[in-house]
Amino acid sequence: MSGEDHIRDDVMVEARDDVMESFGGEYPIVIEGLRNSFGHQVIHEDLSLKVRRGEILGVVGGSGTGKSVLMRSIIGLQIPDAGTIEVFGKNTIGAEPGEEAAVRSRWGVLFQGGALFSTLTVAENVEVPLKQFFPELDPQLRHEIARYKVVMSGLPEDSTAKYPSELSGGMRKRAGLARALALDPELLFLDEPTAGLDPIAAANFDSLTRELTDILGLTVFLITHDLDTLYAICDRVAVLADRKVVAVGTIPELLQLDHPWIQEYFNGPRSRGAHESHERGKSVDNNAERKA
Amino acid sequence: MAVMREWADFTVQEAGGRTTVRLEGPLLVATIGVLDRKLREFTDPVQAVDISDAGDIDTVGAWVVWRFADEHKAPITGASEQAGKLIATVGESASTAPIAPERPPLPIRVAADTGEKVIAFGHGVVRFVGFLGMMIVASGRVMLHPTRFAYRALVRQFELVGVSAIGIITLMSFLIGIVIAQQGAAQLRQFGAEIYTINLTGRLSLRELGVLMTAIMVAGRSGSAFAAQIGTMKLTEEIDAMRTIGVSPMEALVLPRVMAAVLMMPLLGFFSSVVAIIGGAFIADLTLGIPFLTFLSRIQEVVPIYDLWVGLIKAPVFGLIVALAGCYQGMQVQGSSEDVGLRTTKAVVQAIFMVIVLDAFFAVFFTELGWA
Repeated sequence: MSGEDHIRDDVMVEARDDVMESFGGEYPIVIEGLRNSFGHQVIHEDLSLKVRRGEILGVVGGSGTGKSVLMRSIIGLQIPDAGTIEVFGKNTIGAEPGEEAAVRSRWGVLFQGGALFSTLTVAENVEVPLKQFFPELDPQLRHEIARYKVVMSGLPEDSTAKYPSELSGGMRKRAGLARALALDPELLFLDEPTAGLDPIAAANFDSLTRELTDILGLTVFLITHDLDTLYAICDRVAVLADRKVVAVGTIPELLQLDHPWIQEYFNGPRSRGAHESHERGKSVDNNAERKA
Repeated sequence: MAVMREWADFTVQEAGGRTTVRLEGPLLVATIGVLDRKLREFTDPVQAVDISDAGDIDTVGAWVVWRFADEHKAPITGASEQAGKLIATVGESASTAPIAPERPPLPIRVAADTGEKVIAFGHGVVRFVGFLGMMIVASGRVMLHPTRFAYRALVRQFELVGVSAIGIITLMSFLIGIVIAQQGAAQLRQFGAEIYTINLTGRLSLRELGVLMTAIMVAGRSGSAFAAQIGTMKLTEEIDAMRTIGVSPMEALVLPRVMAAVLMMPLLGFFSSVVAIIGGAFIADLTLGIPFLTFLSRIQEVVPIYDLWVGLIKAPVFGLIVALAGCYQGMQVQGSSEDVGLRTTKAVVQAIFMVIVLDAFFAVFFTELGWA
């Protein structure tokens, strides 16, 4: 046995035999006829939704319309009463544990509060999924991956050794994003990523999301209340109301619809303000380009 | 659609004195395996890194390529547009910062921790005494303006500290009375002095155990509750809100709790002693052949009245300590919910510890007084 083989053998025994093939289809997430309820309270009834590859899909809806429940159903934290959820063409409801793990390694989730492990540093948090799914990776490489992911998520270099309690709210979200991106997922779930951030931090987080989506080729499922986020980075918007997805489309398309909640949402004073500032931002960009 | 993993690998090409490392296979986090380790062991000079034969690439693959090329100062050739973009991105994000805070060696850490604990203990003692002083000042102010006092809060605390503790204290004291009488009788029987079980149960209950066990129970029930309540109020800025409205938290929160504990402890302690004696009488009736009522009437003859005073003098002092420790730790809460838990634990441990230390002091003190 050569030295090289020896290097392989001592760690490769831990590696899983099979991994998920990269997904070639058009819709990484397909939901059909989903029904969720808590006791007598029905949250979703006959809900259907398709998420296109490479898009940022914004999910909006009033409080209590089950945006988070929808996300939790897709990632397997909430078992639906009925319906099918296909992620990367695999039905995730009642999947075999091995297959489920393979699918899990292809998505990253950013929870609302960041949900960082408080006893681990930021870098160690990023390493947790790497260690879990790919134990064959060298610790040295894992440390390096953690470092560049942290910097890529827009955190200063020295924050790798900090504990979550030492970070501000915005930095905690970025650290959560770094952990969500640890496995280079194809699919990213963001639950209200800009909630609780000041407008500057929120705008920075938006542009970071857009930038990373374009560079890494992500598909993003983004739950938000933030109208600025919708205008600035979402390719399409899905509206949750009346226990289902009542409409999916670009904002101009949605504005054509006659649904009362959509009209109130996008024609309210805050929405108009967000739209105007977005348009202003675009014209400033155009002017800058013209000058250059 | 799970597939067998195809691992990334590399080959070395030598042509015209130029060494080219060619990477093959998909360069993904799931397929990189030990490629990085093998590349690190490859220390010969390299003139070019070629990735035209590599398959899919993600940031982990890009990082491995970038790091290897950077180490050997070799250019990367054959990169697709996507690969080039990823390699540039990870290159910009390269960092050498430590991933965990530096920890000094163990002997230094132990010494530093010990020093910090000693200093913190000193500060703690000073602050605790300061807290006692603040409470006395607050009670002085309340005496000057009795209408300002939160009587409703006091009555509520009477209920929480006293009335609702009766059930558990009854059960505990009854069982303790049984244990003292039963175990005492087992020992005294060896000298034929079983009859002294009555002295033992009566004096021990009234003098020591009734009050001591009650203090421990109140520390666990109410001292912890004080710390957790006040600590949570501190976290949610309720205490700051009180201060801004001009309500003193000392008067509104601490004083009613301390008064309730000080006033309830003698009642609970006395009650506990009585129940313990009843427990002793019960087991004596069952196993020793001493009739229940005889046991009780003998208690009157063999227990000196000052045993009752010893218990009743100690009780309010213990109540004060338990309540002060709880309120003090609650007011010290800072930052996170984790701190509430730590402070609550501290409040209970501190209260029980101080109660036992003081009890030892009282034991010596009363014996010297002649109340033996």
